Amino acid sequence: MPARDMPRVSIQTADFDLSTEVAALRAQDPRVGAVCSFIGIVRDRTAGEPGQISSMELEHYPGMTEKSIEAMIDAAQQRFDIFGARVIHRVGLLAPLDQIVMVAVSSAHRGESFQACEFLMDYLKTQAPFWKKEQTPSGAHWVDARVSDDAALAKWGIALENTSFNAPD
Amino acid sequence: MKVTVKYFASIREAIGLASEQRDTQVITLGALRDELIALGGAHADSLARGKAVRLALNQVMCQESAELGEGAEVAFFPPVTGG
Repeated sequence: MPARDMPRVSIQTADFDLSTEVAALRAQDPRVGAVCSFIGIVRDRTAGEPGQISSMELEHYPGMTEKSIEAMIDAAQQRFDIFGARVIHRVGLLAPLDQIVMVAVSSAHRGESFQACEFLMDYLKTQAPFWKKEQTPSGAHWVDARVSDDAALAKWGIALENTSFNAPD
Repeated sequence: MKVTVKYFASIREAIGLASEQRDTQVITLGALRDELIALGGAHADSLARGKAVRLALNQVMCQESAELGEGAEVAFFPPVTGG
C-alpha cells in the first residue's frame, strides 16, 4: 500500500513532478509490479488550429471535486485489483505546455493498472466538477463538453447520473 | 426550508452570483430549478429547459427527482470539462 499519510487526491495551482509522485505511490512496496500513469497537458489549439489558445482558466467546485474523485478511486479499488491510486488536478490559470492532470495507479501486474488508470480518467472527464475557459484571439470561451467523453465512460458500464434529464448535450 | 444554491462556470457568470440563499417550499431539485427559472432574467436564460445543466445535491451529482432537505447545498452547472 502507498504511505498511509499520502493524500489520494490533490487539487492545486502548483505544478507536480511525476517521478516524485510515482515514488510515493510505490512506497518501496515489493509487491508493486506495475505503475501506470497518465498526464494531461494544456494544448495551444482547438480544432487543430495552432496557437489559438494563449491561456486557460480552470474553475472547480471546492469540496465536491475532492469528494467525487475520492469516490472514483474507491470505485476503481473495488473494480480492479490495484494497490493504490493518486490523482492530481491543477486549477487556476494555466498556459499551453503546462501539465494539468495526473492519474497514477499501482498494481501487481500491468493489466489492472492500465485499466484502472483509463477508468479513472474517463470517470474524471465526465463526473469531476471542473470547467475550462480558454483565452483565444476572439475572446474567452467556456469549453464545451464532448459527447465522446460520455461514451468513454459508458464503455465501463456506467451511465451518467443525470443526462436523461438534461438533454441536449 | 432554507437552501444554499451554488452556480459555476458559464452559469455563474450569466447569473452574476457564485452562491445565493433561498427559502423554498418545493421538494425536488427539478422544482427548485423551475422556481429559479420563474425569477426571469439571467436565471431563466441560463437554467432554461432544454439547456445542458447538471445538478448536484450536497456535493453529489444527482437527478432532478432528488429531494431537498433543510440546509441543503444545491449546485447548478454546465457539463464538466476537466482533465
